[in-house]
Amino acid sequence: MKTASPFLELESSPRVRVWFDGAPLDLPEGANLAAALLAAGVGVFRHTPVSGAPRAPFCMMGACFECLVEIDGIVRQACMLEVSEGMRIARPHQAEGSDAAQ
Amino acid sequence: MDADYAIIGGGVVGLSVAWGLLKRGKRVVVLDGDDGAFRASRGNFGLVWVQSKGMKQPRYAQWSQQSAAAWAGFASELGESTGCDVALEQKGGYDLHFSEETLQATVAQYEMLKAKLGGNYPYDVLGQNSLRKEEPHIGSKVVGAILHHQDGHANPLRLLKALADDVRRLGGRVLNGRIVTAVSKPDGFRVHCDDGTVVGAAKVVLSAGLGAAKLGPKMGFKAPIRPQRGQVLITEKLPKMIYRPSLIARQVDEGGIQIGATNEEVGLDDRVTQPGISGLAAEAIAAYPALARAQLVRSWGALRILSPDGLPIYQQSRDMPGAYLVTCHSGITLAAAHARFLPDWLEGTGAAPDLEVFSEDRFAVS
Repeated sequence: MKTASPFLELESSPRVRVWFDGAPLDLPEGANLAAALLAAGVGVFRHTPVSGAPRAPFCMMGACFECLVEIDGIVRQACMLEVSEGMRIARPHQAEGSDAAQ
Repeated sequence: MDADYAIIGGGVVGLSVAWGLLKRGKRVVVLDGDDGAFRASRGNFGLVWVQSKGMKQPRYAQWSQQSAAAWAGFASELGESTGCDVALEQKGGYDLHFSEETLQATVAQYEMLKAKLGGNYPYDVLGQNSLRKEEPHIGSKVVGAILHHQDGHANPLRLLKALADDVRRLGGRVLNGRIVTAVSKPDGFRVHCDDGTVVGAAKVVLSAGLGAAKLGPKMGFKAPIRPQRGQVLITEKLPKMIYRPSLIARQVDEGGIQIGATNEEVGLDDRVTQPGISGLAAEAIAAYPALARAQLVRSWGALRILSPDGLPIYQQSRDMPGAYLVTCHSGITLAAAHARFLPDWLEGTGAAPDLEVFSEDRFAVS
């Protein structure tokens, strides 16, 4: 999971364990989730259910809805969330064309 | 004389008419409003819709049918010349019902209309089970639906863009940010704008949406139109889950689910309200329970342009012959008719559609 990221880690807060797509990640507690995932090397957050094209954060301010992730079964904007211990983050609408919204 | 036609109003209605006239070699100037104008063309639901139209006036049902039938050719011609796919889909549409009584009452009305239309009103009544086969996500509160095979939908913003592009490509002049203040007819027409612009034209089409309520009476029209607010929601892009549109929800070509719409008599107020949005969401979830988990991306309000009976108005001015009022609620549905058939009416050719029932004479007794 950990690959070279073009994003620099600025947070110095203690790290907590979260899971992204089943893999463990240690991210700075309270950091912006979208930023923390980018800094941790997550390049593709999801694939759009329309064309299957890869998607990642774009606006980082809650407007573009590109950074969507699924947490506790609910699709949310990663840029509007803070990292907290034990978060289980999944890619939304993973089952392409199926009842992903249910 | 700057043009054969000055079109007041650069929304879907005005641009459809302009496009049709340009295709016939006419010189056209379109006067479009500014960002403060109420723009129904930028906030509508995007249905190309036949069912439920003209229940009391079969000619309106027929006019909608003629437009729906002309839409495919219109969309493909527009798409080819602009490279902009307006995402037309005409596989039928639903009127969803939550009670057996309303379903049966609507079917009874449709049967009466069907008889008046000589049988040309192709629809099927689907019970819960057959509807589920078509729409697996439909909820158990929906008891049935009327599937009308002449219904469909398109991407209304791309339609607006394609029309605006193609009108320019065909040589039409589009002047944006103009507020028309007066129309005079010393000889030919002179259209005066608040910034001092004056456009001369042999004929004038008033297709300014709600703006016609103010300008119309100055040109000899009654123009008894009023705003009616519709609030609309759109979700995040979702995997395909709604296969045909309804008045409650449609999945747009880009994946989002558009949820509509309120009908509110609140004057010139196009804001959204919390009760409005909540009510729409609740109804959409009743129809498609999976939507309870969908994220909303945006909500907005827009103002419909309604005549007292909801029908379009097509009227030549008696005070100013050569000036025409063209206004309707369903500018998307009627776009093809306005582009293909209305130019014959404006030009007074033998092929002109019979629009007598849409004249302002019907408002004589008030």
